[in-house]
Amino acid sequence: MSDERQISLTQMVAGQSGIVAEIRGGYGFVNRLSAMGVRPGKRITKLSSIFMRGPVIIQVDRAEMALGFGMARRIIVEVD
Amino acid sequence: MKILLVGNPNVGKSVFFSRLTGVRVIASNYPGTTVEFTKGYLKLGEDKAEVIDVPGTYTLDPTSKAEQVATEMLQDGDLVINVVDATNLERNLFLTLQLLERRSPMVVALNMWDDTAHRGIHIDAKELEELLGVPVVPTVAVTGEGMKELVNRIPEAASPSAPIQTHDERWATVGRVVEQVQTVTHRHHTWLEYFSDASVKPFPGMLIAALVLFASFVIIRFIGESLIGYVFEPLFENYWAPVVMRLSDALGSSGFLHDVLVGQLIEGEIDFGQSFGILTTGLFIPFGAVLPYVVAFYLVLGFLEDFGYLPRVAVLLDNVMHRMGIHGYAIIPTLLGLGCNVPGILATRILESRRERFIVATLISIGVPCAALQAMVIGLVGGEGLQYVVMVYGTLFVVWVALGLVLNLTVKGFTPELLIEIPPYRWPPLRTLASKLWMRILGFLREAVPIVLLGILAITILYALNVFDYIADLAAPVVSGLFGLPSAAGAALVIGFLRKDMAVGMLGTLGLTANQLVIGSVVLAMFFPCIASFVVLGRELGFRGLLGATAIMLVASLGVGGLLNLIL
Repeated sequence: MSDERQISLTQMVAGQSGIVAEIRGGYGFVNRLSAMGVRPGKRITKLSSIFMRGPVIIQVDRAEMALGFGMARRIIVEVD
Repeated sequence: MKILLVGNPNVGKSVFFSRLTGVRVIASNYPGTTVEFTKGYLKLGEDKAEVIDVPGTYTLDPTSKAEQVATEMLQDGDLVINVVDATNLERNLFLTLQLLERRSPMVVALNMWDDTAHRGIHIDAKELEELLGVPVVPTVAVTGEGMKELVNRIPEAASPSAPIQTHDERWATVGRVVEQVQTVTHRHHTWLEYFSDASVKPFPGMLIAALVLFASFVIIRFIGESLIGYVFEPLFENYWAPVVMRLSDALGSSGFLHDVLVGQLIEGEIDFGQSFGILTTGLFIPFGAVLPYVVAFYLVLGFLEDFGYLPRVAVLLDNVMHRMGIHGYAIIPTLLGLGCNVPGILATRILESRRERFIVATLISIGVPCAALQAMVIGLVGGEGLQYVVMVYGTLFVVWVALGLVLNLTVKGFTPELLIEIPPYRWPPLRTLASKLWMRILGFLREAVPIVLLGILAITILYALNVFDYIADLAAPVVSGLFGLPSAAGAALVIGFLRKDMAVGMLGTLGLTANQLVIGSVVLAMFFPCIASFVVLGRELGFRGLLGATAIMLVASLGVGGLLNLIL
């Protein structure tokens, strides 16, 4: 498991998938995301992102969600 | 007995609620439709149970205001119906386990059951029932499938002794349960899913958004104009006018009662736009001029809501709207505000921070014209040429953006980042679309008709008492000096406090030039909100917030009205 394959959601390209490795943030942030289904160990796919530091759109299980750039930066994914 | 409907956002709780209680509520395909709690009653054998539609929540650890509300409401429920989105079992079960830990008797509804099959999901409901220890019933709330069985099994609601778990333990349990009851087979994307992916990509998403916006305007205008031209105007002119004319003759064509009921005859004829009697203009404004556009607007909005398009717009616009201190989701209250500012301001509750709610509610009450006002503006100003209508809309849009930029810099606090679930596209059943449209039309009529009729009565009386002349003199420096309108328009601005559509109607009687109409319409739109929005604004923002919003409103409308007068 090399660290090079661990990148943040914002660094991933649209269409890329991976496993969530780490969510960097406080208890509230981590809990909120985990309740929505985003937590370490989950398979995640980046569907697209909006330019100019716009939100990132991801898919986890059968749910799609959009999260702000700053949040996406704190989600570290081990890409395939 | 108190039954609570609890579940993740956008799992169909509101549709479920309507099915159970027969109480019609607005349901849409985006998270956060239910911001106020609604209650209704369900007959259970001999008893009547109170059913409460709790706003959606992902977890019982309150991480946001809405979730806090949901958690508090749980305290005084006797029984929980946990509505679960069967196509997203894993995430939904997390809340289910939390609910079980609270030990209130519970029934689980596996909703959207019809969606599982074509999504390649198979869930063993019997097995799930055994694992959870509470009744589990597959349901399709939109069609009513399974609802009867669910109600029948409410007496079986159980509260098995579930151990309190930590987050990680709970997720592990969820994992085990899902493993046992659910099998997923691979299947290909449907074209609706391809379209869904495309509409959140910058390209072609932005293009799609522009097309949707344009198409919405064209369709709304087409439906609105057709209804007016082919249905309502002929109805009023050919059938209603002769009746009122006969009444007018019977009343001797003058006198106070005549003025109240029929109003002023224009060249011996009834003019529904200008006569200003209860039976003429009073009926024509809500039914003839505004209702067609209300129908058209809510038809299109209802479709976009239920199809699931709106959250995509929120995502596409998010970074632009952050410049105005609000995040993309604020587009939903704003679009609702284009129908009526009241539901728009109420919907600001889906936003998390106070600052955001203040900015969005203020922007709605100033820069977002309601359908009633728009219908009158299109009718009145549109008669002078389309370019003038564009001027009104363009000015309001610029005001909306500019004010947002200013508020972003001046209002204290921070705007949290966007974090929303994007629902899948769904074809809304015609029946639910129709029922939602019907509710909104009834809502409009109930709200508008009494106020317009009373307003007309008030106007006639105030005219008779010469109060309007007094107001006109008082308002002359601003109305004539600043806005360049005849001082009589001051009365319209005052009446705008009751209803904006009526006020625009009053402008129509003053013989204004096209430019003056533009100025009058813009000022009316921005100036003081109508009484209904004013009350809601106060309730949502508190007294200080209301004062702030009102001050901004006055300054902005004076400034913009004066500026327009200089330019035009």
